[in-house]
Amino acid sequence: MTSVAPTNADLAVAGTTPAQPGQPAGRPPRRFSVNLRQSGIYVAFALIVVLFSVLTDGAMLQPQNISNIIVQNSYILILAIGMILIIIAGHIDLSVGSVVAVTGAITGVLTVNMGMPWPLALVITLVAGGLIGAWQGYWIAYFGIPAFIVTLAGMLLFRALTLTVLGNQGIGPFPEPIRTLANGFTNGYLGNIGLGPLGGADLFSLLAGVAAVAGIAITQWRARAARLRYRQTVDPLPIFLAKNAVAAILVLGIVVQLARFRNLPWVLVLLAALVLGYSLLTNRAVFGRQIYAVGGNMQAAVLSGVKVKSIVFWIFVNMGVLSALAGIIFAGRLNQAGPTAGTQFELDAIAAAFIGGAAVQGGVGKVIGAITGGLIMGVINNGMSLIGAPSERVMLVKGLVLLAAVAFDVWTKRRAGAAR
Amino acid sequence: MTDHILRMQGITKTFPGVTALQDVNLSVRRGEIHAICGENGAGKSTLMKVLSGVYPHGTYRGDIYFDDEPCRLSGIRDSEHRGIVIIHQELALCPQLSIAENIFLGNEQAHRGLIDWNKTHHEAAQLLARVGLAESPVTPVMDLGVGKQQLVEIAKALSKEVKLLILDEPTAALNDEDSAHLLDLLRGLRDAGITCVIISHKLNEVLAIADAITILRDGRTIETLDVATDQVTEDRIISGMVGRDLDHRFPPHTPKIGEELLRIEDWTVHSPTQHGRVVVSGANLVLRRGEIVGLAGLMGAGRTELAMSVFGRSYGTNITGRIVKDGREIHLKSVRDAIRHGIAYVTEDRKRYGLNLIEDIKRNVSAAALGKLAKRGWVNDNEEYRVADEYRAGMNIKAPSVLSVTGKLSGGNQQKVVLSKWIFTDADLLILDEPTRGIDVGAKYEIYTIINRLADEGRAILVISSELPELLGLCDRIYTLSAGRISGELPREQATQERLMQYMTKGQ
Repeated sequence: MTSVAPTNADLAVAGTTPAQPGQPAGRPPRRFSVNLRQSGIYVAFALIVVLFSVLTDGAMLQPQNISNIIVQNSYILILAIGMILIIIAGHIDLSVGSVVAVTGAITGVLTVNMGMPWPLALVITLVAGGLIGAWQGYWIAYFGIPAFIVTLAGMLLFRALTLTVLGNQGIGPFPEPIRTLANGFTNGYLGNIGLGPLGGADLFSLLAGVAAVAGIAITQWRARAARLRYRQTVDPLPIFLAKNAVAAILVLGIVVQLARFRNLPWVLVLLAALVLGYSLLTNRAVFGRQIYAVGGNMQAAVLSGVKVKSIVFWIFVNMGVLSALAGIIFAGRLNQAGPTAGTQFELDAIAAAFIGGAAVQGGVGKVIGAITGGLIMGVINNGMSLIGAPSERVMLVKGLVLLAAVAFDVWTKRRAGAAR
Repeated sequence: MTDHILRMQGITKTFPGVTALQDVNLSVRRGEIHAICGENGAGKSTLMKVLSGVYPHGTYRGDIYFDDEPCRLSGIRDSEHRGIVIIHQELALCPQLSIAENIFLGNEQAHRGLIDWNKTHHEAAQLLARVGLAESPVTPVMDLGVGKQQLVEIAKALSKEVKLLILDEPTAALNDEDSAHLLDLLRGLRDAGITCVIISHKLNEVLAIADAITILRDGRTIETLDVATDQVTEDRIISGMVGRDLDHRFPPHTPKIGEELLRIEDWTVHSPTQHGRVVVSGANLVLRRGEIVGLAGLMGAGRTELAMSVFGRSYGTNITGRIVKDGREIHLKSVRDAIRHGIAYVTEDRKRYGLNLIEDIKRNVSAAALGKLAKRGWVNDNEEYRVADEYRAGMNIKAPSVLSVTGKLSGGNQQKVVLSKWIFTDADLLILDEPTRGIDVGAKYEIYTIINRLADEGRAILVISSELPELLGLCDRIYTLSAGRISGELPREQATQERLMQYMTKGQ
């Protein structure tokens, strides 16, 4: 997953290396601090993974466990993608947990109670999520109520709606395809292949992994070539190759482990598509860019002709759709739409975004950062339960990690300010 | 004991890159009303901030003697403790709190930590009687007009046993009646032994009320006039305020004035916050291609409000009037409309309204015209880099690369980034609001050169500036704005600082 990390902006910042003549002294440390601020999260993630791998005697990196981490956290990661956009724009959404519950209930009612075909039920649920987002987005963007209040109300409203629909019971079992989306794995279309000492592994998964690595390498290479054509500074070739090699090893390592277990989880395929799509959106699309503009300086954005209200509205619609997707997957995973589904998911999603480098004031953040933040929490959860830590201690550690991450962000910012 | 309550000697205050005050002297006699006059940016407010402890001892050079004692103020509480109280132009009242609560804010009438409301209201009522405000002490301040709020501020000052009361532009937002009442009140306070220092642009008021007048210009004391003995006239004050040389601060420029580009007719704008207040009234302007037109006016005359209301109604309500561009009437309902019609507004406050300070130069330059760099909603960021780099080179933005964060650039370079952003929108009318505010002299010259170049490329330029020499050095024609009305129009040849100042203060 982290392989998508070297997005254009990352490379661009890291790429301003060759010292230009006449550059004032004191520049390099400042760039280092910028780098640290952006890459600190990935370093922290790597350290946490190493730490728990050691503590669990390698159980952390076992094929089944890697698969579990991905599947167990998939819905939080999906929510984190939507949440990071909202936080970049300088808002917050406290209602996503309740929206997960209500959309799960909608899917349950449509498929289980009414026997609707599952694809239609999925589409209707996603549209319902969009409408929920539109409802909240209207009050926030056009009516001017702070998102904190609107979504706090939404948190109550949509939980109440869930309870009204479900009463105290859950609905289930869900149709097979929805369960597969949440919990299942790709078929071994091409059979198994022996990997020597590692034993058998799914050939299709391995090929998909190789294709992903090739895709990353080719797009990065083409981006680099285009930059060179525009005479921009880029990473020197060895560093470029090293970065891509690290990414390739990571992706292949995860894929091999997954292939040895039970092939690729479908949610991983879905997540990979979402991360890719939303990274492109935030980096390259006019819409994505304007989210940063709104969060960075709303008044300047207004005076630059950015349709601030419409952007805020649509990111909440988007959040609603992603919440519905998470709701479907969560319900499918439990094989039941329950009245307490999604409780406190909003806090996990918000924490993921902030651990992943979003700024409290808005204007800063990356999709891949939020994903990494979500994975950090997922790995802490998973690792601590593997070593048998009680849940209150897991909560304690997660709280401290969140505080430390934001404190680090504030500290680097203040230091950068002092160096001015 | 001399008869001077206050002596400020050799006050020098510098900010990074700017000397705001240089060797300023101010002596105020006990029990007089002392006016301080100067152009915008002459250093009046800075001087008053030194005096009231906003800039504490150690952040400036020079000595202050208050009641013949050397005075080293550590902060605003310290100055208030000594009896020096400043009332700022923007009133510092909490609108939701009552008059009495505001008067005793930070000075609560408490007994063992609990507020004694009877005492609070009783004393507030007495103070209100002293300032002649017939309102109940429990009335929320937001229910009062600006004039009455001003009186609450004075009552608050009196509650602190003020010896020296400083008023910064106290009548700027008041109508004639409220102004007259306020001036009467100040005379009454003077007779009661309270010394007043008043900053005002309204020279007729200054002459009517002041016993002495100190004139500041460019951060220096020019002279102190005694109204009783010197022959003081408005012209005398104006020449003191503006008299300075204009040589070689502006690049030479021969205008190539073309046809009319934009005409604003009968433009009227109402305040969005104060109901019924007219901010711009029936303004008419004509702007031609290749011409640099100035808009002069004192603080609060409605310059920025006029500009922003034209720029897609980004300020004001109840806007009426016509905008005709290239011979056709256009309707600008939003900033997007304005940008689409080739109008750009470069704000006076680039940090708040102009830049995304946490983003790099590249993304700021492209911010107002991202669509030009995009195909079907997707930005070509290599093209964006190229464009930004062209502007960096062309505008001489001093930064290692276009990936530098704008928040770390100097004021002059930030301004060049904002200008780049608007030039990239292909605007043919650029409204530049205080284009050189907070910029050092060298960078100013560069900005002037850029403005001349933009005009030579066939654009129309409207420059709003508080610095009259800047307008005289740069503009081909100058409008003056006074209290929301266009009070005059002068071609370059006929414009002098004195004439502009006369027009700018006309009808106040």
